[in-house]
Amino acid sequence: MIKIDYRDPKKIMTLSRLGSFHQSKLSFLRSFIREFKNWKFDRVSFELNNEGYGSAVYSVNNGERTYSLVCFTNELNADERSDRVIATKWDAAFVLHDGIPTQSDLNRLKENVPKQEVGRVSYKELTLSRANKSVRIFEHVIEKLSQGLQPDHKLVSDVGYLYRTTAVYGSGKFGLADRYRIKDRPEICGPFRLEMMLVYLVRQFTFDQVNHIAKCKNPQKAVELSHDIARNLGIGNSTGLGMAPFIVNHPTLLHNWIFSREEALKQIREIKKVNVDDFEYFKSCLERSEKNINSWKTNSEYQNEKIEKLKSDLNNLKKNFFSELDTKQDYLWNVIYSWIEENLSDEGVEYIVSMMMEPYDSIIEPLVANMSSDEDQYFDIPAEKTVSDLLSIIESHYSKFLDINFDDKESVANFWFISKNKEEPRVANRYEEGGSHLEQPLAIARDIAELYKRLKKSPQSNTVGEFLLLNQEVRHVVRRCFIVENFPYSEIQDNTIDKNLIPIDMLRLKLSFFGAQKFDPRSDKWLRINMYQGAPLIHELKSSDDTWMYNLA
Amino acid sequence: MRTSSEIETISKRASRAAGFTWGISEEIGKCVRSLELYKISGLENLNDYLKKIKNKDPKGLQKVEKENRLEEGNFCPIFTGVALLDASHKVMELKKLSITSLDFPILLIPFLNRISYKIGKMIEIKFDDIEILLNLNNYISSNTDLRKKILKSTKQLTINVIENQDTFDSKVWDSLYKLSTETFVDESESYHHY
Repeated sequence: MIKIDYRDPKKIMTLSRLGSFHQSKLSFLRSFIREFKNWKFDRVSFELNNEGYGSAVYSVNNGERTYSLVCFTNELNADERSDRVIATKWDAAFVLHDGIPTQSDLNRLKENVPKQEVGRVSYKELTLSRANKSVRIFEHVIEKLSQGLQPDHKLVSDVGYLYRTTAVYGSGKFGLADRYRIKDRPEICGPFRLEMMLVYLVRQFTFDQVNHIAKCKNPQKAVELSHDIARNLGIGNSTGLGMAPFIVNHPTLLHNWIFSREEALKQIREIKKVNVDDFEYFKSCLERSEKNINSWKTNSEYQNEKIEKLKSDLNNLKKNFFSELDTKQDYLWNVIYSWIEENLSDEGVEYIVSMMMEPYDSIIEPLVANMSSDEDQYFDIPAEKTVSDLLSIIESHYSKFLDINFDDKESVANFWFISKNKEEPRVANRYEEGGSHLEQPLAIARDIAELYKRLKKSPQSNTVGEFLLLNQEVRHVVRRCFIVENFPYSEIQDNTIDKNLIPIDMLRLKLSFFGAQKFDPRSDKWLRINMYQGAPLIHELKSSDDTWMYNLA
Repeated sequence: MRTSSEIETISKRASRAAGFTWGISEEIGKCVRSLELYKISGLENLNDYLKKIKNKDPKGLQKVEKENRLEEGNFCPIFTGVALLDASHKVMELKKLSITSLDFPILLIPFLNRISYKIGKMIEIKFDDIEILLNLNNYISSNTDLRKKILKSTKQLTINVIENQDTFDSKVWDSLYKLSTETFVDESESYHHY
């Protein structure tokens, strides 16, 4: 048996590679559906007026535990509708409640949930979100349904959703339950399960709302949205820089996500005899998925270039390599991987890596359970280690950073800060904007280089504790060194304050693990995506298979 | 009610704004969160302390000794806590330490609780008429209600690393052991396979 090495973090953890990741069987949308497909989903109450404004409650339960989505919708003037995080009003607001809300809970939530960040929820609530209508298709869909017709297929497909969320909050924000209160529940052992649950239920609400409004508009003629069209709709999401520091601030969590992917790839490459059915399954998923790539529309030159590369990579693979492949060949997956790494772009390589996971439930499922992290466990600095130990860690894990010239203005052109207006992370040019003295500790490459310089000047046999007594300015990166020593995929191997930084690469990484598709950058700092497009509808969940994202009509 | 996550974030950011480095501020966030989880007034003590040191230069231990004192002024509980934490092995080695003149001693408690976890031994601390027992970062017990307590300083704080020892008499152990053997079954010859 051949032994495959894990891929080198210095190569995989670069922003250009991480910014080429795609959804896979490990993605949280997919693992949520696998986990909850046998739970019972109900619409508990639906109190909307003829225009679709009011409240609704949906529940998910397994006989022992219930989660409830509480929805509030209200009228919004066109000039008040904004996807920016600084908005203060939305078409709809949502909260996931732990259990079945009492009337008193509903009254409390009605007062607070529509206000989002300036409202206050309680430990009984788990996730919080808001969303705006896609004006382009919402009215069209209602108009058509009320006339007894289905909406225009192309228009609906092009947009891909009726609503888009602009934030989904969890884990202790604005009064929501802290993660530690619920982390031992087996059904939510995967990351972001409750955020995924909220979005899935919101999607159902959007269908029920348009059906309801159309029916009220024309009770005699109105029809319901066809299941085929509904299934083809997901929930949009506008995502800005708020997400980017997350992956720097949660190093062990980041490692666990990437390591699961790397472990899956390693195990797949080590399969000696590839089953014919598994290989055919891979090819069929690849073929079906091409429809998604072709329906991926964006005005972003950056993204279009990446899409074209991906298309050309897949053509190259099919034309020049597929015919040579035979399952009689030992280690077929490894042969494929070696070829794609040699011949395809980052986009193509990571796309095929995701596809290679498709046949292997038995490899993937155990890994999903390892994708969370008890981060506090890794917080303490082993200060009894020596300066020399710390230098070795840096030389072995951060050598790339040591080659960067941080005296060059371009290497330190940007700084990350928290905006006063919305308490959200932002990035700005250090030489053009004020406030760099309030920089967030996200310039890891620069600070590691500084730490290295200071360590070199210190007695090598000193303990790290002794070193820190005089060097507390670099304490935050000393902690990271001892994390990366044990979690090699915990660190982005790029300079996150460089002039040429493309922050959306950081967003793309996180969103690919969510399972998002159709990345549509609107600038280098925010993008739109689609979640659950093609996903089974609630009544189809039990009989659904795990390749629903390749079902686009 | 504020969540632990909010308490940690606000404590961290406020500490940074008051002049602590990011690395130290991260430690403060964790420690204040821990105090609040034990229902000890971490946030209030921190708030008052950060006000007190505004535009000042607080001092911590430069070296962990059996007896620690400054020539002038009081020790900072944060710098002192971090220095002790980073020298946990030394704390274990010294077993008994004293700190003379310490500001806001309640803020030192979570650091010592983390040391207790790191060295695997209980730690007893005494200051004024308060006695606190820290057990491996799992619980804090005290002879005084610390829920609303804000202590601006103490003249003397002692740290005592407690050797792991039984809290019960050996006779009690023997008695319980004897009872536990009543769950055993006599082995007959037929069970011998070797």
